[in-house]
Amino acid sequence: MNVPAALRYSKTHEWARLEADGTVSVGITDHAQERLGDMVFVELPDIGRKLAAGTECAVVESVKAAADVYAPVCGEVVAANAAVRDAPQSINQDAYASWLFRLKPDDPAELGSLLDARAYAEQATSEE
Amino acid sequence: MLRQTPLTATHRRLGARMVDFGGWEMPLHYGSQIEEHHRVRNDAGVFDVSHMLALDILGPDSRAFLRYALANDVARLERPGRALYSCLLNQRGCILDDLIVYFTGEFQYRVVVNAGTAEKDLAWIRALRQRGTPDITPQCGLCMLAAQGPNARARVWDALPETRNATEPLLRFHAAQCGEFFVARTGYTGEDGFELMFPAVRADSVWNALMRAGAAPCGLGARDTLRLEAGMNLYGQDMDETVTPAESGLAWTVDLSGGREFVGRRALEHGHPLRKLVGLVLLGRGVLRAHQRVVSAHGEGLVTSGGFAPTLGRSIALARVPNAVNVGDAVHAQVRERLLEARVVKPPFVRNGRSLIGPIGEPE
Repeated sequence: MNVPAALRYSKTHEWARLEADGTVSVGITDHAQERLGDMVFVELPDIGRKLAAGTECAVVESVKAAADVYAPVCGEVVAANAAVRDAPQSINQDAYASWLFRLKPDDPAELGSLLDARAYAEQATSEE
Repeated sequence: MLRQTPLTATHRRLGARMVDFGGWEMPLHYGSQIEEHHRVRNDAGVFDVSHMLALDILGPDSRAFLRYALANDVARLERPGRALYSCLLNQRGCILDDLIVYFTGEFQYRVVVNAGTAEKDLAWIRALRQRGTPDITPQCGLCMLAAQGPNARARVWDALPETRNATEPLLRFHAAQCGEFFVARTGYTGEDGFELMFPAVRADSVWNALMRAGAAPCGLGARDTLRLEAGMNLYGQDMDETVTPAESGLAWTVDLSGGREFVGRRALEHGHPLRKLVGLVLLGRGVLRAHQRVVSAHGEGLVTSGGFAPTLGRSIALARVPNAVNVGDAVHAQVRERLLEARVVKPPFVRNGRSLIGPIGEPE
């Protein structure tokens, strides 16, 4: 299972990465894309939208199902990845390069409350 | 405990994602469902369909019996070797199952029914036997494979050269028995190809020969997008015991000519269907899915099957809508909180690798 140690994870299968500019990139995990299958559609949040942690804010749809994507931490949407919207299958190719949106976090320390790689891998394995 | 086909272990070895399909452990895909879809449209793919049930119906009464049991008329099968698609109806004219019946020889037919309905069908058909007493024998020891795609027949001949002479002359919807192989030029993808039935002990050797010949393993996921593009109904989703053939786009499969008495006829003749099944093409981005609400100028309907159509690069659906809705109409489907515009079309959407829906424009 591909779970990079440098990222943080939510129980709902998002990954989060603190970027050098202080924003947080958010995507879905490799485990999630593998379970969903070939991606065919992505709906992204509007820039400027303020999100509480746990808010539904994006949708990824595969050949099999639609899945909600939740904000892993509180913050404001500052970017949405048009390249992934135009080519949803890039999530299947590299889930960790295919960020969906970026948040300016209200409190960067909130990332610390997310799962680390080991905890997420344990959760994902138990769901298999 | 899920039921397994003769090839379950082989699918697992190939890395398939296995799912529960009507109580059977079946491959959903072997990596990419969309790639498998394209392989069938452009070349050749093989599906394990051994979960379906073949029933052999034998005896001097078999023809009269099937003429009574089925909504389509097996009398249309003038010579052994021909096949016919039909609904199995109940007395209310509603659909118990859809099936293919092959005329296999004098006083012999083979009926292939869906996996999820097999036990119900068998009990139903046996209960109709007061109308004649043919032998009805489920063929449980068979492996069934569907080789589909423009190159599928050639791949089968490479893999099983002994079947070539008997199967090369087969027209569409015809079948032949060659040795232990029953080979039918039928399928569920909108492409050319063969469906093969043979003793389960040969399952691995035949599967491997088809792989060596260049056919790609394909799972139920691709089977579903291929049949949806081909405008073919899925039992349990686009039709069930609450709807009639006319409400399911299948009026053409009910033979009301002549005075033939068959199960469901009286109900169909007195019924006035208010709904029909149409195709939808989503104009913009998004994905139509089963159970979404459809809003039209003539009232509401429901998507029965929907998804992303890999050949078309956009979403399509089958939907049950009020009768007054017509091809070319604009309707809306409710996708989460939004109403998305769709065009009503006549299925199929794709046949023999080509789009039949005409120009619609890029989705945004």
